Formats: sequence, structure tokens, C-alpha cells
Amino acid sequence: MVVTEAQIWDWLAEVKDPEIPVLTVQDLGIAREVLVKEEGAVTVKITPTYSGCPAMNEIEQNIRQKLEAEGVEKVQVETILSPPWTTDWMSAEGRRKLKEYGIAPPEGSSADKKTLFGTEKKVTCPHCDSRNTKMVSQFGSTACKSLYQCQDCREPFDYFKCL
Amino acid sequence: MENDKLEYVLRLGDNALILGQRLSAWCGYGPVLEQDIALSNIALDQLGQARMLMQYAAELKGGEATEDGMAFFRDVFDYHNLLLLELENGHWGDTVVRQFLFDTFNYFFYTELLQSADERLQSIAQKAIKEVTYHAQWSAEWVIRLGDGTEESHQKAQKSLNDLWEWTGEMFTMDELERRMVEQGIGVDVAALKTRWDDKVAEILDLATLQKPEDDWMQSGGKQGEHTEYLGYVLAEMQHLPRMYPDAQW
Repeated sequence: MVVTEAQIWDWLAEVKDPEIPVLTVQDLGIAREVLVKEEGAVTVKITPTYSGCPAMNEIEQNIRQKLEAEGVEKVQVETILSPPWTTDWMSAEGRRKLKEYGIAPPEGSSADKKTLFGTEKKVTCPHCDSRNTKMVSQFGSTACKSLYQCQDCREPFDYFKCL
Repeated sequence: MENDKLEYVLRLGDNALILGQRLSAWCGYGPVLEQDIALSNIALDQLGQARMLMQYAAELKGGEATEDGMAFFRDVFDYHNLLLLELENGHWGDTVVRQFLFDTFNYFFYTELLQSADERLQSIAQKAIKEVTYHAQWSAEWVIRLGDGTEESHQKAQKSLNDLWEWTGEMFTMDELERRMVEQGIGVDVAALKTRWDDKVAEILDLATLQKPEDDWMQSGGKQGEHTEYLGYVLAEMQHLPRMYPDAQW
């Protein structure tokens, strides 16, 4: 079977992140590169969000399963570290889906992330759009999130932190 | 020369692994849920960094070597982590102060490692520095909270600091291996980090109303494989399963 790189990208757009199932590996920018060699062997290069992200093995398996289900016979998934993943790679569509899901998307670019011992960042509540929110904890339910609470609608929410 | 690099990478990997293992023991025991989660997250980052480094070490060793083999089938004398990191967790203040002293060092260390002539170490540093920066923010904020908190938290944090101080010297002591690594542009000149570390630590301790202890006699030996009695217990727990059932699979 002969496949094109564009076709592989379309299939990758259907592989979901196991921790945040509204996002695909493409929305997150985890899939970095697709290479199709002769005879249809495919290599997909992925990069971890956090070095200890426990979802990486599952993501790798899911990519392999998806491509094999589509008929690709030789699938190789490679992990690369450089350049390191940044929330800047998250698509606009991904940010919209996150907010709808109740997780505040990363705000601004990773370049303005707090420097060492800086001040707290203001985040918009994904439920009522208030800017009057407060960080409850720098760490949340997964490595990529921190915990906030809205001071207006009082709802607690996860914030996908800038990295 | 390749052996030098292997041991150097293992030193960094062992720091990450042993601290990650120690912090994991807080899971379910944190003083409040958010901080339990925070320490578990930091532990996870440390384990992730340990994996990147041990995968590299296994490649440098070659042959049948694997990252799991590096973690689970080396004994105390083959471990090269800093002594500070293998000490018992103690109470919350002890864990927080140890984290602060190490995170601040680790932040400056990985900032320098970004310039390593070794491409693989460079890309590991690019990944690690983002996480380490975040850890350093968290532990500094907690040192301020405890130091400038209640009378009891202040006293306990000051005692943690005094008790742990003698274990900090090792971070900045260069040995022959480190000198050779620096000469080749691969490693970090840790002695040169001391002033920056001192300044940052002094700044935070000042905010925390804590007294910076005087530098006095310092413990050393971890990097060279001479450890405290505590590391054996850490390894016994961590290595028990793969040593009992070497073919165990998830």
C-alpha cells in the first residue's frame, strides 16, 4: 500500500490524548514529523510534553494501532527530545476544544512564562470568562496542569500551564 | 573517555532517580491534597528525567545494557547520586528545604548544561530545565511560607536548614572526572555555580526570615559511590520486585 505523508497526518488527527481525550496528538503538537519511505514504511516522530508523562507509552501504542488499522504495515514511532515541546505548538482548534472541555488553555506564549521566583500569572476562567481567578496549586491532576479557582463564579478549574 | 561520559551521565541520572524515589514516598501522605499532588508531580518529573538519562547511559554502555538494568541492577557502590538526595524525607519542612537547596542548584546546573558540547545532554537539558524551573519556584515559595509562617513552622524550617547544610557542599566540589568533562566542554563547572547559588539561597532565606547557616565541614562521597546507610534502604525497596522476578512485565 502506498500512503502519502498528508494521509498519515489526517490519521494522526484522529488519535486522541489518553489524559485529555478531547485533544488529538496533532492538536497538542506531540506528533512532530512523518516520514514515508519506499515500500510504505512509516516513521512518526513524537515528543513528550513532560519528561515523565505517563501517557507517552499509550500514545505511542495508539499511533501504531491507528496506522496499522489503516493498513500501514511497517510503523515506527520514535521519541525525540529536541526541540523541547512547548504549549506554543498547541493549535488554535486545540485551545478552543480545551476551553469547551472546562480546562483553561495556556495563555500567551511560553516566552512570558514566569522566570525563576517571579509573580503569579492571571488566567481566564473557562466557565464564566472572568479574569478574577486565583491559583490554588501550581500542580494539578496531571503534570501539564495547575489548579485554579474563579473568584466570581467560584468554580475550581484546571489550567493547562504554559511550558 | 566514553567511560567518563557514562559515569557522568549516571551521576545525573542517579540524582534524578533517587530524589524521585524519595519524593514518591510522600504520595498519599502530603499535608494537604494539593501539596501531595505537587510532590507526586515533582517526583514524576524527576523519574522522567532519570529515564532520559539512563536510556542514554544504557546506550553509552552498549551491549545488553538497558535503562531498567541501570536502575534496578546496580548496587549502592555503583550509585553516584548526591548524599543530600538519599537522606530520609523527615517531616514536611525537611523535605521542602532539601528540595529548595537541590532545586536551586539543579536550576543553575541545567542552565549551564544547555551549552554542553554533547548534543544528547543538550537536548535532555532543554527538556529538563523547563521542569526544574517550575520545581524551584514551588520549593522557594514553600520555604518562604514555612520560614515566615508560624513560630513553630519557622523553628522547624530553621532546624531543617541547619541539619541539611552540611550535605550541600558536595554539589559544588569538583572531582577529576568532572574536571575532565568540563575540559571537553561536556560537563558543568559546578564550583563556578556556588556564588550564584549562595546569592539566590540568601535572597529566598531573607524573605523567609531564616538564617543562612555558615559554611563549615561538609559531607561528601556520594558522587564517588560512598554513601550513607540510607541509600541501601531506598534501593532495597525500589529494586525488590525486579530482582525477585527479573522477567516481570506490566
